[in-house]
Amino acid sequence: MSRLFQFARQWKPIIKEGFSQSFLIAKFLCLLHVTNTHVCTPVLVYGPSMLPTLNLTGDVVLVEHLSQKFGKVGPGEVVVVRSPENPRKTVTKRIVAVEGESVTFLVEPALSDRSHTVVVPRGHVWIQGDNIYSSRDSRQFGPVPYGLILGKAFWRVWPPDGFGSL
Amino acid sequence: MGTRNFLWNSAKKFFTIGLIGLTVSDRYFSIVPVRGYSMSPTFNPQISSYTGSLTDDRVLVEKFCLEKYKFSCGDVVVFCSPSNHREMHIKRITALPGDWISTPHSYDAIVVPKGHCWVEGDNSVFSLDSRSFGPIPLGLVHGRVTHIVWPPQRVGKVDKRIPQEHLPF
Repeated sequence: MSRLFQFARQWKPIIKEGFSQSFLIAKFLCLLHVTNTHVCTPVLVYGPSMLPTLNLTGDVVLVEHLSQKFGKVGPGEVVVVRSPENPRKTVTKRIVAVEGESVTFLVEPALSDRSHTVVVPRGHVWIQGDNIYSSRDSRQFGPVPYGLILGKAFWRVWPPDGFGSL
Repeated sequence: MGTRNFLWNSAKKFFTIGLIGLTVSDRYFSIVPVRGYSMSPTFNPQISSYTGSLTDDRVLVEKFCLEKYKFSCGDVVVFCSPSNHREMHIKRITALPGDWISTPHSYDAIVVPKGHCWVEGDNSVFSLDSRSFGPIPLGLVHGRVTHIVWPPQRVGKVDKRIPQEHLPF
């Protein structure tokens, strides 16, 4: 019995140290999560739909979330949006129009000159890729609710020769 | 000197608790109050004469479903309103992508598009739901309601059921 107490007394400071280090790591992970979700996070974007602004093979951009929370994301800004066709995917496009504005777009730019005009409903935005020939955006899936916008891409960090604001 | 130390330590403690609370409520569980009567009798079954929030139901919302976005028909979910991103609503999912829904007041039937769902409140009279704003993208869903945690006499699991008259064909 006394050997058990001796054993516990030996290990107690080590166990306490273990707990306090784990707590420190947990606090750091929480800080990382809060910063990535609510402040700013780097995102890898790839695909042809935002040429020539973003490269085909992949760019790392910084996305900030504060503008979206205050409702200050507007036309002309590149945003990262949760796809309305698959909630597990995120897409990067540019906002062309916000609620109340009317959008005129070419239905099939590679095939014909036919264009269509739509008024963006309340609480929605119209997003389009810069490369209209190879982009799946609001022209196919319609206006997107503002709540799907994850954040505004404002700075490119990779590749190094593209370092700078978008 | 001692007070400054004390204030600094308290500030650090509050900051840590805030960070941990925010992380847990974003990733695992959170407790939200239910306002309004669109989900009667599941939530807020009696129309209360007080407008105070002490009598509102409070429910436990789990966020584990947001990893795969795999929902079933009959789940009660919390989602961001498509017409006003600052508001959150609580309704029940009554149709998943690919299901057919008959629109009220007409003979049309529409199919729920890919990546969207059809939400309706249990109390059809009082509820502003997909019958007004159409199917919502699943990306707007912020969690699934699993239990009622307040008031104490109604604590329990929230059933996953489809009201008979809402069965899509």
